[in-house]
Amino acid sequence: MADDDKDMFICRCEEVTLREIEQAIDEGFVTVTDIKRVTRAGMGLCQGRTCTKTIARIIAQRTGKPLEEVLPKSYRYPVRPEKLQVVENEEFNDAKDS
Amino acid sequence: MMERDIVVIGSGPAGLCAAIEAAEAGAKVLLVDENAKPGGQLFKQIHKFFGSREHSAGVRGIDIGTLLLQKAEELDIEVWLNTEACGIFDQDKVWVVRDKSTSLTIHAKRIILATGANENVVNFPGWTLPGVMGAGAAQTMINIHRVLPGRKILMIGSGNVGVIVSYQLLQAGAQVKAVVEAAPQLGGYGVHTAKVRRAGVPFYTGHTVLEAHGTDHVESAVIVKLDAAWKPIAGTEFSVDVDTICIAAGLTPAVELAFGAGCRSVNSPVLGGLVPWHDESMRTSIPSIYIAGDVSGVEEASTAMEEGRMAGLSAAHSLGYLEASRYRSRFEAINHNLLALRSGMFGQKRRDAKEAIMAARKG
Repeated sequence: MADDDKDMFICRCEEVTLREIEQAIDEGFVTVTDIKRVTRAGMGLCQGRTCTKTIARIIAQRTGKPLEEVLPKSYRYPVRPEKLQVVENEEFNDAKDS
Repeated sequence: MMERDIVVIGSGPAGLCAAIEAAEAGAKVLLVDENAKPGGQLFKQIHKFFGSREHSAGVRGIDIGTLLLQKAEELDIEVWLNTEACGIFDQDKVWVVRDKSTSLTIHAKRIILATGANENVVNFPGWTLPGVMGAGAAQTMINIHRVLPGRKILMIGSGNVGVIVSYQLLQAGAQVKAVVEAAPQLGGYGVHTAKVRRAGVPFYTGHTVLEAHGTDHVESAVIVKLDAAWKPIAGTEFSVDVDTICIAAGLTPAVELAFGAGCRSVNSPVLGGLVPWHDESMRTSIPSIYIAGDVSGVEEASTAMEEGRMAGLSAAHSLGYLEASRYRSRFEAINHNLLALRSGMFGQKRRDAKEAIMAARKG
């Protein structure tokens, strides 16, 4: 792959390039969760639904680790992007129900 | 706190069937979906389904969807649309946000996750240009919104999604310039593949897309031949004049809610990657959480419907809604249908993968 090609986005939500991801891997960040924390890949609007598998594959190819080891096994809520204001408006109906 | 016997998340084929089966057993069901309309992918499926007659073979997906919605209405199933399930807490509390404005938590004695799957991407220089999209997105555009994504299409992937969407794009009036398949052989059912081939569309096995060119949208794509190790062979590149590139490179189960809740995972490369462990009754490692459809391993709408029925039946039974004998006979009937759908040249592989998931350690 030509050097310029490494400037293509892998995480388009957060605009993280292949080059940045490969650099992070070479620095020792070798799980999808690690890569997310150091590059923000997977932290955007789609919350990694597009790039998680690609990043896992890039890590696996570069390190020789099995995919299963580098894929995330836990997720944080909310799994959809919501405004904080929504939570602030939470209907606390416990009191009136009980 | 609001309480329901069963909260079903996702109203595609699996979720609808789960809700119907559980409601028929007498459970109080709430069905939630983030979209404005129920039915999931069913209403995009204008082609006839495969399988035997009892699995609605020969019936179009849209007609199956209409029948299921009628049934849900007859059973008076509570449906919340524009409702995003954002999390599961304490194994039995579902946090939802309605209309992007109201947050609330529902106590669900049982939860059935029928969240489906997401399309995989293929990355190549130019993949972020407007005009590159998932094949499923193109199918939504033509069959739901009646808009052509472009005039000159390149399809990446020759599996069922790739060939079915290619044919529907042709029907919608687009030109399909080529179907490219990285594997050495074609991946879709013969019937669908042959229809596209008869229309004169060239298929390139052992090829992939190298890059897309264009200034503000796709104007052409470069295709290259792959060697036995799937590496591009220099000198074999050729360019095709296209304005749209559709990617049909498989699906990944939408597991965020399940794994966020703490369901144990099993790796199933054949069925799309990490999936929640589950047993024959579709129960996960968390006893109050069931799964059905693509989230439990990517298969087809017909299997998703049967898995949904199984999850709905078993969840209702676990709450005491069915007598043991009735449960047993219905369980056997659904299992029989699933085995029939997982047989033959394509099905056996999925059956083996499914059995491997169930045989894995529950953890």
